Amino acid sequence: MNARARLVVFLLAAVGLACAFGVAFAGIPHFGAPVSAYAAILNHLSEPSRQASDVVSAVSFDFRGVDTLFEEYILFAAVAGISVLLRPLGDETRHLPEDEAPDRRIPPPSPAVGLLAVTMAPVLVVTGLETVTHGQISPGGGFQGGVVLATALFVVYLATTYARVERFEAGSLIEASEGAGAGGYVIVGLIGLVAGSAFLTNVVSLGHSGNLISGGTLPILNATVGLEVAGGFVLLVKEFLDQTEVIRGSGT
Amino acid sequence: MTDTLIAVALVWVGAAGTAVVLTRDPLNQAFVAGFFGLSLATLYLLLQAGDVALSQLVVGAVALPLIVLLSLAKVRSHRHTDEPSSTTDRRRTPKGDG
Repeated sequence: MNARARLVVFLLAAVGLACAFGVAFAGIPHFGAPVSAYAAILNHLSEPSRQASDVVSAVSFDFRGVDTLFEEYILFAAVAGISVLLRPLGDETRHLPEDEAPDRRIPPPSPAVGLLAVTMAPVLVVTGLETVTHGQISPGGGFQGGVVLATALFVVYLATTYARVERFEAGSLIEASEGAGAGGYVIVGLIGLVAGSAFLTNVVSLGHSGNLISGGTLPILNATVGLEVAGGFVLLVKEFLDQTEVIRGSGT
Repeated sequence: MTDTLIAVALVWVGAAGTAVVLTRDPLNQAFVAGFFGLSLATLYLLLQAGDVALSQLVVGAVALPLIVLLSLAKVRSHRHTDEPSSTTDRRRTPKGDG
């Protein structure tokens, strides 16, 4: 196909795209338009009926709880896929960079980085736990808090060496955390069935809006998602770190 | 006031997104992409979507650049170990594992 024909095809496609976008954009609400009827209903409903002051959490873990279940399993499947894809192959070996050149001293990270990590890691753990546990009260929740929790370990890696971090992250424990989080969501959903109503029905005592223990199943589901996401992200980065730091091709 | 801030954030998102595309070196691009994530998080925050802003912050500024950087490190160490026989490159070989 010569350049001229390609240009014609592109122009045809561009005109079609412009028409479709024009029609689509003509129908959207203008910027700052009042919220939709669905949003208005949820805003009025979530506090009295679920005792959750964060409407987004009430939507994702209660009104649309099954959607979040599927999202959680998307992450679970992605991490499992990465683990399979990045596994050590038959002709690859694992050894640390130190083993490659025993006489060469790898310079340790500077004390400033160490100090920063010592300060940051506990703050990140507390922030992560705070974000996970307060999902039903304020913005945040299991996903955001889980990633922050995982970040604490990355900071430790930045300040130390791979060998030291590997001692931290017991592989089986992290896999168990991810599995327990993913399975826990389903178990909380099954409680609804056991109590005689639908899957993922909010059957736990609701408490009072604004308290830490409020929203019924919301904090429980947030905790399971937090476990799953923290485990999943640590596992994900561990697979990449393994590839970068210790897995060598047969050629080396 | 809020509208002005939103307008500034929108321009920032547009500029940062363009910068990601125009940055050709993947190593630099990882950092620019992290900065782009930060601009998106700010925009979501100004539009009062706190939950989405938090998600965007942790994924765009932490997870994405980290994975890109680690992949780049792996690709580079691979490139170094693949050509230790070519004498021109022997000098660089030990640097691969940083």
